[in-house]
Amino acid sequence: MISRAVRIGALVAVAAAAVALVLVLPHWLSDAKAAEFARAGCLFIAIVGLNLVTGYTGQISLGQGALMAVGGYTTAILTANHGFRDLWTIPLAGLVAMAAGFVVGLPARRLSGLYLALATFAFAVAMPALLKRFSGLTGGSQGINLFDKALNRSTGALGHVHVLGRTLATNDFLFYLTWGIGLVLAGAAWLLVRGRVGRAFRAVRDSEVAAASSGINTGFYKTLAFGISGFYAGVGGSLFVLVSNWFVSPSTFGFDKSLLLIVGAVVGGLGSLAGMALGALFIQFVPDWAGNLSSAPGAPSVFFGAAIVLVMILLPAGLGGLFRRLAEPLTRRL
Amino acid sequence: MIVAVDWAGVAQQVVSGLSSGGIYALLAVALVLIYRATGVVNFAQGELAMFSTFVAWTLTQHGLAYWPAFVVTVLAAFAGGIVLERAVIRPVEQASVLTVAIVTIGLFFVVNGAAFWIWSPEVKSMPNAFSTRPIRIAGVAFSISDLGIIGVSLLAVLLLWLFFRFTKLGLAMRAAALNPDSSRLTGIRVSWTIALGWGLATALGAVAGLLAAPPLGSFDQNFMQPILLYAFAGAVLGGIDSALGAVIGSLALGVFLNLLGTYVSWVGTDLRQAAALAVILVVLLVKPAGLLGTAAVRRV
Repeated sequence: MISRAVRIGALVAVAAAAVALVLVLPHWLSDAKAAEFARAGCLFIAIVGLNLVTGYTGQISLGQGALMAVGGYTTAILTANHGFRDLWTIPLAGLVAMAAGFVVGLPARRLSGLYLALATFAFAVAMPALLKRFSGLTGGSQGINLFDKALNRSTGALGHVHVLGRTLATNDFLFYLTWGIGLVLAGAAWLLVRGRVGRAFRAVRDSEVAAASSGINTGFYKTLAFGISGFYAGVGGSLFVLVSNWFVSPSTFGFDKSLLLIVGAVVGGLGSLAGMALGALFIQFVPDWAGNLSSAPGAPSVFFGAAIVLVMILLPAGLGGLFRRLAEPLTRRL
Repeated sequence: MIVAVDWAGVAQQVVSGLSSGGIYALLAVALVLIYRATGVVNFAQGELAMFSTFVAWTLTQHGLAYWPAFVVTVLAAFAGGIVLERAVIRPVEQASVLTVAIVTIGLFFVVNGAAFWIWSPEVKSMPNAFSTRPIRIAGVAFSISDLGIIGVSLLAVLLLWLFFRFTKLGLAMRAAALNPDSSRLTGIRVSWTIALGWGLATALGAVAGLLAAPPLGSFDQNFMQPILLYAFAGAVLGGIDSALGAVIGSLALGVFLNLLGTYVSWVGTDLRQAAALAVILVVLLVKPAGLLGTAAVRRV
């Protein structure tokens, strides 16, 4: 038996360790590496959201990248054309993408499985075309460069940032920003899945009929899951623009981004928050490592794909599943 | 708006749409094959077809004519599909559907990368499969190539149907897809029927790639990706668990896309994919299991 106090103590310890890791990591990283980790942080946020809809509610979404685009463009447009400071647009980007997430989630009331996957994938494929089509708002295929258009409202674009009386290098600041927000949102997701809503999500995933007959409005919870995951994608997308040198274009969020995010979620291990971080690091860093192995055309793609296949064959429950298996003897003793 | 309808033009567009639709149909049936056997959409289906096409291109570079290269490649693709299933799908046979789907995404990257690695990124061109002369039927000029593509793709699908309908092996494969556990009890080696399904699907994909490449003029390693998207859409439109539905859905999609691109100017090339997918979405909202798919009956 694990007593409640021990369990809470262990959780606090894990959370404290995660915060400490985020605080000290930039001291060990080069400037360029800090920027790459900050990108991974954006992907982490989007994957945590995807985990809510696919891992906990059981609805396959292949459109998370397009929801990131909604968030990213919200930030870019508000900062470039409407005088907002970039940081203040982050929550707004989350809310706009949340609204888009609700719309994407509407078909989920009627469609399931592959049909829903296609509907969300359609959204992902259509997004870059739509962004190019409405070029008056989005800058077309040129995209929006905040570095040119709103230098003074782009925090850190001038090389350093003053926070709480300290001066931080831009990439360290972006690292703290993305992973700080990421940890808060991951904590929120953790609370959510352990509450009433999370129970409803899992009930929908495990058996829709059983959930409905216990009085759960399955359509509502499916749409809600898409909406919340939209919020996460929007925040991730908004931050992604900041860490991509304040630049966004339709190709930033192509449908390959949506596929990579689902790869990250499954490789990380659906249903495990620590796994989501590993999944984000996987899709951020493994392609780079693959590129270092050989620079022949196509070779990095071969290595990256082989890594995905290998992880799935060796760890069908993802990297997070490995974590759980390693931790099991420990937690059993508690 | 449309002022005067040029019926000869419409007929030409319909035939050319059917020819693209026939190619989508081959790949869509390949997707349905694997979906029915394993419940998974094979994201690598298009890339495998692309790889087969490049193999055929190499054969034609070594002096083989188009049709001999076609036959050799389709047979090789059949064998290759079986080997691939044994190597990478078999180990995850017991894992969740999503895990297997991610393996096929991994395979997508491997096959696409391997083709770039082996054949370098320059565009290639394939000898024509059919005469390039037009043929006049009832005063309207049709492209022989379009008609030939329609014929070959329908023939391939028909052969596959005959195999499933009239051979013992086909029956075993259908049984294994429908009810793996009972099939195992009757002595069917279910795992091998899945491998065979991959072989057939890869061979069908090779036919699709080989028919799609010559009319493009020049093609590169990414040429099957939009085709896979349309095949996926066509299969879902028809009902992902119905091969006939996949054929009808794909043909309808091919014609629809062609007419849309030709006659509705504001859609243009950029929005063609988006518009097609939007229409499919609407169809699905009305009929959630596709046109011919079996509606899911759920029980607790």
